[in-house]
Amino acid sequence: MDELLNILTELHPDIDFDKEENLIGDKILDSFDIVTIIAEVSDVFDVAIPAQDIVEENFNSAKALYALIKRLEEEDD
Amino acid sequence: MINVLEYLEDSAKKYPDKTAFLGTNSCVTFKEMLDKAQSIALSLISAGAHKEPVVIAMTRSPEMIIAFFGVIAAGCYYVPIDEQMPAHRTELIMDRLKARFIITDGTTTLPSQTSADVFNYSDASSLTEVTPLAAERLAKVRKAAIDLDPIYIVFTSGSTGIPKGVVTNHRCVIDYVEQLTKVIGASHDSIFAMQSPLYVDACLKEIYSTLKFGATTHIVPKELFTQPVKLVEYLNENKINTVCWVVPALTFISGLQTFKTVIPKYLKTVAFGSEVFPPKQLKTWRETLPEARFINLYGPTEATGMCCHYEVTDKTDPEKPVPIGKPFPNKEIFLLDDDGKSVPKGQVGEICIRGISLSPGYFNNPDITSKAFVQNPLNPLFTDIIYKTGDLGRLNEDDDIEFVSRKDFQIKHMGYRIELGEIEMLTCKTEGVENVCCLYDGEKKKISMFYMGTIDKSTLISLLKNKLPRYMIPNTVIKLDLMPLTANGKTDRNALKQML
Repeated sequence: MDELLNILTELHPDIDFDKEENLIGDKILDSFDIVTIIAEVSDVFDVAIPAQDIVEENFNSAKALYALIKRLEEEDD
Repeated sequence: MINVLEYLEDSAKKYPDKTAFLGTNSCVTFKEMLDKAQSIALSLISAGAHKEPVVIAMTRSPEMIIAFFGVIAAGCYYVPIDEQMPAHRTELIMDRLKARFIITDGTTTLPSQTSADVFNYSDASSLTEVTPLAAERLAKVRKAAIDLDPIYIVFTSGSTGIPKGVVTNHRCVIDYVEQLTKVIGASHDSIFAMQSPLYVDACLKEIYSTLKFGATTHIVPKELFTQPVKLVEYLNENKINTVCWVVPALTFISGLQTFKTVIPKYLKTVAFGSEVFPPKQLKTWRETLPEARFINLYGPTEATGMCCHYEVTDKTDPEKPVPIGKPFPNKEIFLLDDDGKSVPKGQVGEICIRGISLSPGYFNNPDITSKAFVQNPLNPLFTDIIYKTGDLGRLNEDDDIEFVSRKDFQIKHMGYRIELGEIEMLTCKTEGVENVCCLYDGEKKKISMFYMGTIDKSTLISLLKNKLPRYMIPNTVIKLDLMPLTANGKTDRNALKQML
């Protein structure tokens, strides 16, 4: 989780990603952030996030995104 | 044609009940649009508005477009404000404009100290009937308008730290609409999906193509640009056949492998602009939609957003960036060197434009206007104004212009035109900041900021968010103990690049 928080904090140092639960709805993350996050997640966690999983529910909080990464890692195994 | 209102009036007559614009929460027919625009115009005229700027501070919606035409019908010109624009920037713009009137829907934060008359959109647009006397007042205003009168002012980033207001008139837009609609093949059957915000000139494409032909535009909800599959599904659900989008919006779809899941099956025309389309991404789009037309549109806001176009064909080199092509009819493009002489074919020169779609200049800003809009150096015989874009280009073997780079520190980021100097200036004014330098990485699409001072990084970013629009906030902020300098004592940008 820390690695993911690092990725997110690098993009928005002023946001508390432990607490925010509406990152898309509140327009904190935009399309450029999403593209960057997907590239970084791919590098750091070695998982590819498929397009159909790039939806609001999976990106609204660090927790939801982490759960997605874990699920994709399990599916990979 | 003298007045762009004719587009709306004609469509309201021919297709009164057809839906013109659809947003997230509302839609409007051509007839409703005209009626409401006239109602707004009468409210403004009654309040004494006359050939002056009217600020529109509203949520991106069909109603905001109606407000534009209400202002035009009142013989005035509209100045759209980004609903999320920080109050500080809005204040700078309001100060420059000295606007006496604002139309709002209550969703945008207005400067607390404004002395302008604030009109509520719902009240201003709610007249049920235009009486004969009111019709006469509208006709009188209409008769007094000439095609050199402004329609709108769009504010773009300015290197001095203060945004510049580009003025555009009826003549510019009429010329633009007539040329654009031919090139993209717009018709009554066109169904557009508008990606752009309404406070930039890119939205003209959908607005005027829709009004000219009685077509339809769907205003795409902004949040869909974070969810590529849902975005394409939206295009399919609404049978969108034409898009005129900035390149980053298109590469957002193709770069995330969206086409493996869903294809925008109704798309027939993909016009794009603002940035160079990465060749690999364009290839993906073309392979996905082999029947569709792909058209590169190029032009600065000062030339009504468009002066060149290039249609991608099988002959287009797939490995090279798409050329910006040839000028539209009634426009001339020069490539000039620093001495104002034409450069030979193949050599790099500054892209300069002449033609009737040139803006009359920046609002209330003669100094900056006289630097960018200059006498054509190739014609010393009579007044002949050209606009120096600051973009560098060259002519290729097919006589198409290729974009090379910028001459200065202006960048295109997320489809927006940004002066890095504006970010630096505003940051420098922050307490606790001593020295600032911004760099842009075009490949990674990242603005990086280096600063010296006592303020910590997250406080600085929070403060910047109150001063700058979202797209101007640096992606990376690095605090330095010492700014590297060149032998001449200037900031060493190359040394900073090495730190990234």
